[in-house]
Parts: sequence; C-alpha cells; structure tokens
Amino acid sequence: MTTQPLIGLEVHAQLLTASKMFCGCPTEFGAPPNTQVCPICTAQPGALPVPNQRAVEMTILTGLALHCDIAPRSVFARKNYFYPDLTKNYQISQYEQPLCENGYVLIDTESGPKRIRVRRVHLEEDTGKNIHGGAGAASRIDFNRCGLPLMEIVSEPDLTSADECRAYLQKLQLILRWIGVCNGNMEEGSMRCEPTVNVIEVGGSAKTALVEIKNLASFRAVHQAVDYEILRHTRALLAGESTTRETRRWLAEGRTETMRSKEEAHDYRYFPEPDLMPLEVDEAMVTRIGADMPEGPDEVRERLIEQYELSSYDATVMTQSREFAAFFEAAAGAAEDPKAVANWMQGDFARLLNETGTPLAESKVSPAGLADLVRLIADGAISGKMAKTVFERMFETGKAPALIVDEEGMSQISDTSALEPVIDKAIADNPEAVENYRSGKKKALGALVGQIMKETKGQANPALVNELLVQRLGE
Amino acid sequence: MNDMADDIGLLNRPAHELAALIRSGEISAVAVTEASLARIEALNPTVKAFLTVTPDLALEAAKATDDALARGEELGPLAGVPIAIKDNLCVDGVLCTCASKILDGYRAVYDATVVERVKAVGMPIVGKTNLDEFAMGSSTENSAFFVTHNPWDLSKVPGGSSGGSAAAVAARMAPLALGSDTGGSIRQPASFCGITGLKTTYGRVSRYGLVGYGSSLDQVGALAADCVDAALLTAVIAGQDPRDTTSADVPVPDYVGELTGDVTGLRVGIVRELMGEGIDPEVRESVLTVARALEGMGASTGEASIPHIDYALPVYYLIGPAEASSNLARFDGMRYGHRTKERAADHIEMYSRTRAEGFGPEVKRRIMTGTYALSAGYYDAYYLKAQKVRTLLRLDVEAALGQFDVLLSPTTPLTAFGIGELVNDPIAMYMADICTFAANLAGVPGLSVPCGFTKAGLPIGAQFTGRAFEEGTILRVGDAYQRATSHHTSLPGLLGAGG
Repeated sequence: MTTQPLIGLEVHAQLLTASKMFCGCPTEFGAPPNTQVCPICTAQPGALPVPNQRAVEMTILTGLALHCDIAPRSVFARKNYFYPDLTKNYQISQYEQPLCENGYVLIDTESGPKRIRVRRVHLEEDTGKNIHGGAGAASRIDFNRCGLPLMEIVSEPDLTSADECRAYLQKLQLILRWIGVCNGNMEEGSMRCEPTVNVIEVGGSAKTALVEIKNLASFRAVHQAVDYEILRHTRALLAGESTTRETRRWLAEGRTETMRSKEEAHDYRYFPEPDLMPLEVDEAMVTRIGADMPEGPDEVRERLIEQYELSSYDATVMTQSREFAAFFEAAAGAAEDPKAVANWMQGDFARLLNETGTPLAESKVSPAGLADLVRLIADGAISGKMAKTVFERMFETGKAPALIVDEEGMSQISDTSALEPVIDKAIADNPEAVENYRSGKKKALGALVGQIMKETKGQANPALVNELLVQRLGE
Repeated sequence: MNDMADDIGLLNRPAHELAALIRSGEISAVAVTEASLARIEALNPTVKAFLTVTPDLALEAAKATDDALARGEELGPLAGVPIAIKDNLCVDGVLCTCASKILDGYRAVYDATVVERVKAVGMPIVGKTNLDEFAMGSSTENSAFFVTHNPWDLSKVPGGSSGGSAAAVAARMAPLALGSDTGGSIRQPASFCGITGLKTTYGRVSRYGLVGYGSSLDQVGALAADCVDAALLTAVIAGQDPRDTTSADVPVPDYVGELTGDVTGLRVGIVRELMGEGIDPEVRESVLTVARALEGMGASTGEASIPHIDYALPVYYLIGPAEASSNLARFDGMRYGHRTKERAADHIEMYSRTRAEGFGPEVKRRIMTGTYALSAGYYDAYYLKAQKVRTLLRLDVEAALGQFDVLLSPTTPLTAFGIGELVNDPIAMYMADICTFAANLAGVPGLSVPCGFTKAGLPIGAQFTGRAFEEGTILRVGDAYQRATSHHTSLPGLLGAGG
C-alpha cells in the first residue's frame, strides 16, 4: 500500500492594531496583569462590542495578499463554551460567512513551487491567559490578552510533509510581516499553529481519522509533531488498525497524547452575533486597501532576479523581509555591483546583525554606506580584507567608509612608484625566495608578497604587488 | 419642605408640567425630588416597586439643576424631573441586580448610554425598579427579591417584566421611568398599570448598558403618565450611539412637535387576529371605543391582518431564549456577582453550582430551552426555522403597515391577574404577551395607552403599532386620543386623589 499524509494548518495571527478587537483597550505585550481591561473585555453586564475598523482592514489586506475573495458581507458569530479565560463565555468569531475565502500561498518544495490553498481567513478575539502555580494553590487569570484581534487562517489539507508545513508557516510568517499585520512571533504567541493530520491510501479508500494537534509553540515543534503523527498514522494504516477522530497534545518529550476524543468535543452552538450588524465591505474599500498593498515577496524576488541578475538563492535571501529587500534595492541602486551588495548583506552584515541582536531597522549602516564600501573595493581603494574591518567600524559607528579609511589610514597603496622601493627591498632581502621562484617554484612568490604587505601594514594593493613582482622577477 | 398632601398633588401632575414649574422657578428641582423620595418612602413598602432607592444621587442631580437655573442657564424640557430606572440598566456605582441572586450586591461600573443621557439633561435618578429576573416574565413574580404590587389593586400583579417601573409611575412615585421591552415588557405592564409605555423601533435607542436578554429584540423605552411625557423622554434617549453598533443612524425627529392632535385621514388598521378568541370581551370592547374615538376625529379604520401571528409566541420563545442562553453565560461567579460557597473540584463544577444557586426557575427554563435550540442537530429545526418565520412575521407586519398608518389592538388579552394566579402555568403566563411579540420580532415601535377600566376597576390598554422609526406617528395618535379622553389622568385609589 502506498500512503500519503494530508495536513491542513490552522494559524492564529495576532493583528498589530493599537487597540483590542471590540473595545478601546491597548494591546501592548507584557503590561502588568489586568491593567489593559475595561467593562467590554471583562464582560461586565450590559457592555457591547464595537468592531475595530483597523483590524477589519488588516484582515482584508491579508486576504488580498493571500489571493482570497473578499466577502462583501460577512457575519460575526458567537462560539459558546465555558472557560475561565473567556470572560463572556462565548468568543466572537466568524463561522458560516468569513471575511476572506479561497486563496493560496505559494511555497518552495524540492520539486518546485507548490500552491497551498487557503480555505478562509476570518477575524475573532483572543482569550485571556490562565496562570497556574505561583503563590498559593490558586490559579490566576490575566485578561490583558482577552479581546486582542486574531486572524484565523485555515489552509486546505494540501500539505504532505512536515517540511512543507514548515515552508508554509515560514512563507505565511514572511507575508504577514511583509504587509505589517502581524509580528509573526511564535514564542510570544502572536502566531500560533494547529495542524490537522491524517494519512490516506493512494488509489484506495483506506484512511486514518483526522487528528488535530495542539500546544505547538515553535516551528520546530510543529515540524516534530507533524512528523510524529505522520509516522503514527502511517503505521496504523499499514497495520489496518482503526483510529479515532480526536484532539492531541504535543509534549516536550517528543510525542503526542490524547487531549479529548470526538465524544468529548464541544458543541459550540455557533449562531450569528446579535450584538453586531453584518460586516459590509464595499468594492471601494477593498480597492482603497488594495492600493496600500506593497509589492509582495514573490514579486520582489522575481524582480530582483530580473533587474539585478541575482541568483534565485540570493534573491530569496534578499527577500527574507520587506526591510531587507528595501535595503538591498537602495544599496544595489547606488552601487555598480548588486551581487557584491547581496554578498555583503548575507555575509558580514547578516552575521553582525545576528550576533548583536540588532534589527535591520536599527542598524547604523545605511544603504548608501554599503554602496560606498562596495565602490571603494571595486575602485581598488581598499582590499577585500581591509573592507571587512571597515564594515565592522561602519556597523559600530555608522560612519561613512571613506571616512573610516581616512581616519585609520587604511587606504590601499596602488601607486606603482610608491610600491617599487618596497619591492626592491623585498627582492634584496630574500635572495633564496627569488632563486626558488626563478627555478620554477612559483609558490615562493608568496613569501615576497607577505613581506611587502607587512612592510606596508597591509595597505599595498595585493593584485598590483603581484603584478609588479612577477614583472620584476621575470626581467 | 411642603406637607405630604401638597406633595401628592404636585406629583400627580405629568412630567412636562413639573418641568415647566421648575423652569419657571415656581418650585425647585430639589423640592420635586424630595417629594418623589417621600412618596417612595410612603408607598414603596406597599407597592414594592423599587429594589434600590438612590436619594443622594437624586438630590445631587436636582441641586445641580437648580444651580444651573440660578446661573441663568437654559434648562432642557425634562430638567429636574425625577426618573426611576429599571434594574437591568447600569447606573455607575449603583447596585444592578436584574432582580437576580446571581448579581446580588453587584454595582455597575459605568453608566448605560440612556442613563448618561437622562443624567445629562438634569433628570435626578431616584432609584432602581423591580423586574422579572433578567427581564424574563410578565408579572415581576420572577424577581428573586419580591413581587411588585399593582397600585390599582394590590392583590394583582403590575405586569412585567418592567413591572417596578410601571408601578412606580402609576403610583406617581416617579413621574417617569425607563424600562426595557423584549416581547412586551414595557407595553404589557403599562397596560396593567394604566399608564403610557413606548417600545421604540429596534435600533432607535442604544442598548449599551442594558443587561442583554434577547439582543435582537431588546429596546429601552419610556414609561410615562401620558404621550407628551413619553415623547419628551424618548427624545432624550433616542439616537445613534457609537457604543452600540445596532443603534441606527437615523435622525431623531421632534417627537413633541409631532403631537399636533390631528389624525385626519390617518388610516388605522384593527388587527383581526388580536380581537377574537382569547381576548377578554371587556378588553375588546374598550379597544373598539378607541377606534370609534379616532373615527370621530377624522381617522379611518379598517381590518388589518397579521396572518402568521400564531407563530409569534413560539418564535419569540426560541429566539429570545437562544440569545439569552448565550448572553447570560457571563454570569459564572468568576469575575463578579454571586459565587457558590461550596467546594468545587474544577471550574465547570464551580460554574454549575454558582448558576444553580444564582438563577431562578424561569431563567433556567429559558437558558435550557435556548441552549437546546442552538445545539448541533437542532439548530436548523429550531433556531434557523424560527428566524425564517420571524422574517415572515416581519413581512406580515410591514404589509399591514403598508395598508395602514398604524395598527390598533389590545396591548394584552386580559387585564392584570392575581399575584400567584399563573405562577404554576408558564404557558398561560406567556400568553399575557401574545399581543406584543410581533412588534419586537418585526423591530417596529409599539405604544400602549390606557383606554378604560374593567368593571372591577382594572386598567385596560390599547396598543398602537407603527412603521419603523415612525414613533412620532403612534405618539401623535396616542396623544390625540388622550386629548379627547381622560383614562390616562385617572389615578389609583391608594393615592387618595382622582382614582
């Protein structure tokens, strides 16, 4: 029997609005518990929700970025269940008529690009946070998160491996960050993922029951849990064991366990939220929001390949974020060698940003500065080795590379008349090396170059030194 | 302070007259408020209309109105007139129990929009009135605290759920009151207590701060001595509110200005289905006298029909409870209100015990009915079907109101019944609102005006139903009728005057 895993991902993404979904409370992360609450989000008697217009716009923008249809009329619905972190004991969500439907995300796989269909994107509100343990035996609840705007992005079961799941999540994260609607931080919980997994028989009718996996707080956990479930389902299918529809929990020890079976599943008693009118979105609004849509990562990537003749790999790295791509384009436009800019950005620049934990936006290096550096190297004013030092200074101080070269006396000696006496001295001091070279041991040239570089404190233009040496020794 | 007899005479005047006396400086707002508080002190032990009396809040507001007048500020048409507030509307810092043990001791943390608006025009709030628990009932017998007595006959119910507000106005403990109406909860008690009550168009008045029962049906409205007072109070509370997105962006007309007394050419449709079986003959006769009176003033009458009206009760008792089952989920003992003292193994057990102890039998009945109607496998057959029939009913009402300018019917099939008479017969109790459901389900306004008395001396109410946002029209008809009759000026015998 040939088997095929089918995985769908349900992603919750917290929107970067200034206020909550249905009240005016601020959304800042990490405020002291229960300081960002009001009668609405704590469900005081009589309080009513008012939808956050910005959250609606951000969801529409997301829908457009994911190639979805935007519903002219969508409906908020109540999802009823009792839980202490849910103040009203119902969550305002969308059910039968979501805001966005029928989109897709393009991911890269080993066999080329693949389209993962997005079934729907809808808006809802987050719950509070239960805090267990701490002083005494009591559990505590922080309602600061209660009512934060969330998008739920549901894919079709088009994913067939853990790798594809990771690629999908990374791509989704890139897009959400790119259009500025979500910070995509899985560890902080601003992006959460619940995969639904089963395995089917190819060309047959055997299949395992759908399982939903919860408690996944990183891309790594998603990858591991999906792999684990694929294996578990495949074994069950091959062994002909029956499986049950259930929700499972991922454990840190590297396995999943049953959380609740289908019988224990909630009946959420969804019904249209009578406190809110249906959400009407006219074409003018969609057009206006669409006009704010930046060129997407896929489009920019294609353009970088075309316009700057970057390799596919380089173009992918340059489009790791909108800021990164914008930096690259600004620098590449000013420099003559886009490839060199790309190399610097994925090399020393990326390393230093990473090592110092500096976001690109806060880096002291400007695109013009990087372009200048690339030009200094191309002009032979500094060597590639010196450039590394200059770049480190740029990163620390933000000074222009030419200034750093001047201040530190690092300019390269490319003047033949200045180099000739040093070369003469090196030849005079190293008769053995000269003899070796002339007898065919070309490697002996290195010792001579070494001394010249030492004499000039590394400022001699190595290419020119080589050229002059070869010329002189050949005489 | 004036002596008691003078106070009674004073408070027997309608609100617009009191307001005029205050504006002219003949009497202070503080004096009127003190008279109201004194009347409450004298009569509330018998009538039991108030759950909470707020003398400090009231006198402070009255003083502010007097001060404003002294400074030469222009006062609004109801400035200084005391008002009673149904205890399912939030008044910042004041108890808000909804007549339920589950909210015993709970103080509201903000003002409902309607409360904010009555405060803003200088109306002193004298207290919070009794109701059926969470506005579920037709008699105030479902109050967890006590039953309110009908001022016309203390052995009878005042109607409900706004029974406390209706009794307070009928006994002139307050010249005006706010109530809420989900299936008839303003109009039915107004009818039972011989006063005027207006349920506005859905969306006309903000629901922000009204403790939700059936969100798609609930409206806040005025209980008053006459149509002029109802028009004045409606003008204060009506209008769009950004905090309630179901409130409508429709301009508020000058309701008092529409009270021209002229009904010439107005087409009045008498609802056939609400004049037959099940309607007390005394009530039917009385409503027909209203039709004749209006004809005498130049209106035309004819027979109107709402063919699907038999479905109003079942539809109401699916949609109302369905919404209520979800609206009342927040009362769980977790953040405020009653919490069980029993030890619970987990949060679900804590919720169950808290809610079992905190809710009364009628509230539990509706939560269970509503939960059932929304459950997987039953949703289509009950909730969804009810919504479809609701649409049919709305189309019926709209068609009837296409043919006629207003619809006329009894407000209630029977007059006030005895306390305890129907408590063991929920269906008979539900029938008390049979004439009023349609307006809520269709979202149109309904007005109840006193139109006579039974031989036993109990008030009878006539109901005018109008087109959406045409409160002005039904108020004009009601006012024209009141100009020609005096039922609305009759007072209960316990006031020792006029009754």
